[in-house]
Amino acid sequence: MIDLLVIPLIKIVIVLTGVLITVMYMVLLERKVQAWVQVRLGPMRVGPHGVLQPIADVLKLFVKEDITPVRADKVVFTLAPIIVLVPAIIAFAVIPFGDQVSIFGKPVPLHIADLNVGLLYIVAVASIGVYGIILGGWSSNSKYPLLGGLRASAQLISYEVAVTLTFVSVILASGSLSMVDIVTAQKANGVWFAFVQPLALFIYFVGALAETNRSPFDLPEAEQELVAGFHTEYSGMRFALFFLAEYANMIVVSAVATTLFFGGWLRPFPSVAFLHFLDVVPTWIWFVVKTFLVLYLFLWIRATLPRYRYDQLMRLGWKVLIPLAIANIIVTAAVKVALSD
Amino acid sequence: MEPDVARPMFDTDELVINMGPQHPATHGVLRVVLKLDGEKVVDADVVIGYLHRGVEKLSENRDWTQIVLLTDRLDYVASAAANLAYVETVEKLLSLEVPRRARYIRTILAELQRLASHLVWLGSHAMDIGAVTVFLYCLRERELILDLFEEYCGARLTYNSMRIGGLPQDLPPNWDKKVLQFCDIQLEKLVEYETLLTHNRIWLERTKGIGVISAADAIAVGLCGPPLRGSGVVRDVRKDEPYAAYAEMEFDVPVGTNGDTYDRYLVRLEEIRQSVRIIRQALGGLPEGPVMAKVPRLIKPPAGETYHANESPKGEIGYFIASDGKSTSPYRLRVRPPSFCNLQALPQLVRGHLVADVIALIGTIDIVLGEVDR
Amino acid sequence: MGQAIAFYTIAACILGFGVLVITAKNTVHSIMFLVVNFLFVAGLYVLLGAQFLAVIQVVVYAGGIVVLYLFVVMLVNLKRPPEAHQDRRRRGRLGVTCSLVVLAELVAIAAYKYVSPAAGLPPALPMGPDNVAQVGMLLYTDYLIPFELASMLLLVAMVGAIVLARRDL
Repeated sequence: MIDLLVIPLIKIVIVLTGVLITVMYMVLLERKVQAWVQVRLGPMRVGPHGVLQPIADVLKLFVKEDITPVRADKVVFTLAPIIVLVPAIIAFAVIPFGDQVSIFGKPVPLHIADLNVGLLYIVAVASIGVYGIILGGWSSNSKYPLLGGLRASAQLISYEVAVTLTFVSVILASGSLSMVDIVTAQKANGVWFAFVQPLALFIYFVGALAETNRSPFDLPEAEQELVAGFHTEYSGMRFALFFLAEYANMIVVSAVATTLFFGGWLRPFPSVAFLHFLDVVPTWIWFVVKTFLVLYLFLWIRATLPRYRYDQLMRLGWKVLIPLAIANIIVTAAVKVALSD
Repeated sequence: MEPDVARPMFDTDELVINMGPQHPATHGVLRVVLKLDGEKVVDADVVIGYLHRGVEKLSENRDWTQIVLLTDRLDYVASAAANLAYVETVEKLLSLEVPRRARYIRTILAELQRLASHLVWLGSHAMDIGAVTVFLYCLRERELILDLFEEYCGARLTYNSMRIGGLPQDLPPNWDKKVLQFCDIQLEKLVEYETLLTHNRIWLERTKGIGVISAADAIAVGLCGPPLRGSGVVRDVRKDEPYAAYAEMEFDVPVGTNGDTYDRYLVRLEEIRQSVRIIRQALGGLPEGPVMAKVPRLIKPPAGETYHANESPKGEIGYFIASDGKSTSPYRLRVRPPSFCNLQALPQLVRGHLVADVIALIGTIDIVLGEVDR
Repeated sequence: MGQAIAFYTIAACILGFGVLVITAKNTVHSIMFLVVNFLFVAGLYVLLGAQFLAVIQVVVYAGGIVVLYLFVVMLVNLKRPPEAHQDRRRRGRLGVTCSLVVLAELVAIAAYKYVSPAAGLPPALPMGPDNVAQVGMLLYTDYLIPFELASMLLLVAMVGAIVLARRDL
């Protein structure tokens, strides 16, 4: 009973609060990093160096008026942010945050579920999130959100293909679809897949930027062109849900990148013996540190690059990334067959 | 000019989108009605007038000195340039000789103003295309220029920095050293913007081949300033009809070759370098003497009319002034605003491009609505 | 017992949302019901122990194909119903024909099952936790030709669609 219900429940609560708090502070981190790049200070007023700013933001969003446009499709308008947020959060179910730990002599794995199709589960869940964006744009019954929604759907479908194809080459390298097995395979090989599959990592990262609508691919919400894109008509708590989902998605793709390419919870150089003293650090700390480094890259890129245009983005996806990903799969498979003989 | 848009095979409705007057990227209260086929712009209609304050009519009830204040409010990111064009027009009407020192200082102020205006342009243009950081970098340097202006005339935006016949005051002590210091900083930071943009693949893809306008078309539609030079036409009022102290300055007029957004970007960047060059020359050869000519307390130009043009950061700014010789205010004052003339080219530039390019193109022609609507 | 309850709940939901798909007035609502329908079908697969199929069902149908439906619906103006719907007699004839075909199919299935109870079913596979490998093995051995045929068919459809949409090739 305890194994089946209580422990997973506790883990779910911990992960959920962890994710929500991380999201809140991601927003602050983003503003701070952007500010440092742009020779500004960023939020400084709420608390020392603005550390309480997320709380102020959440309070503001809570008390703001929640406007529904008169001619909007009310049910869909309300559902859309939920459809975006829920997949973003349930994707955390299969992410292994660390190795097994023992609590009171009981071995507890640091993940909520280890599905044998874990990686595909993340793809599936991400593909559902698209609906929220399209429907949000459509149900507002307004032109800018509609254009934003259309852009979003086309963009997400295109880049999902590229990202999923990179998963295939990682699966070929690891021999499993389970997130835990992928990490242990990297331990067995003694090398992170980032070095085995550098091309896949690159394509995954670019695709992830596009999938999370981050700069330079933030077209669905291109402020300067479509005002705010698909969530132009949203305000208050419902807008906050979209916002939350964007950042939760960023964390998901960073966590997946960490798991697939940077050895998940493994310490750096897992096969080098004289670095054993690094093992005193709990495994989940390695995971968190790596994920944050990937997240930092997202922020850094946002502060550096201009934005792609819609057709250029599609061309990049279909004519560059997808063929490259397919070529990568073929090469990986060929090498694997050649080595196994 | 007929756009060669192929007839779509399926019967699709055109989507009419209203961009502005409240829009984050139309640089003020510009309204553009776009007809879209998918995301492609079939036609664009520019609607202006949301910022009309009747500056020309107001001038008929102000005396000649007060009008300098009104010119501040035309192109509010380059008010010294508008001041200069106005006072020179009146001086022409009065056949007034301005002291040489005053002409030099006017040149310095005008070029500093050009730097400030180009910085605002570069920043907002880059931000429209998504490079927000460049915007803050540019405003960081513009801040230094505003400080210099503040030290000279006390104001940071609407300077009122010229007088008919000269300048309100001489340079404050050590001001010239600060300007030279700023020139070094500006050249150094220009490299920083270029690192972020000039060779950036995304920037190139977003600006190369976008909004191409040939030299002949550019002249036909009445473009002026950097957009005209971007198309390869060598035309700069500073060189062709020198005013202030430009005749004594040595500088190049950069021109583009393709007439696209990228060339206009390069032209303006080069103009920043040339401006620094002019400022250094002018400060180096700054003559001694008075900064104000002998001007009667009550200015009353003789009856007649005149037109005089200057090269403002945005293009050719000109004033047509008619005086009846009796009253203390102009009989008629007409501004030829460069932003207004350049804005005319917008529908032609955007046809056939995508919505995202409209933003880039509004940015590239560098308009200030205060000047368009007057 | 628990499995039976789960199955009947899911089956009822599939049918219920199926009905909603064809009765919904608004096309976008109809498509959303279709997505929910597919999600419940995926649930059915999970119940059968075929997690791989369940996930693929979500990725391909719910996440891929239906998004394209939505795309089309949003791009094409559907405010005015097609003229064919106005012709009541034609509508009636179509309805009767469709119901007859479905009825015939159901009868055929029932009759087949009655004649030879276990003939059509492949031998039950041992359900290991790793049914990814099993699906892969089956696709590339026993069902290789149908699999390749299906991919050819899709390719032809894709090329055909491009040719139809772009005359200037």
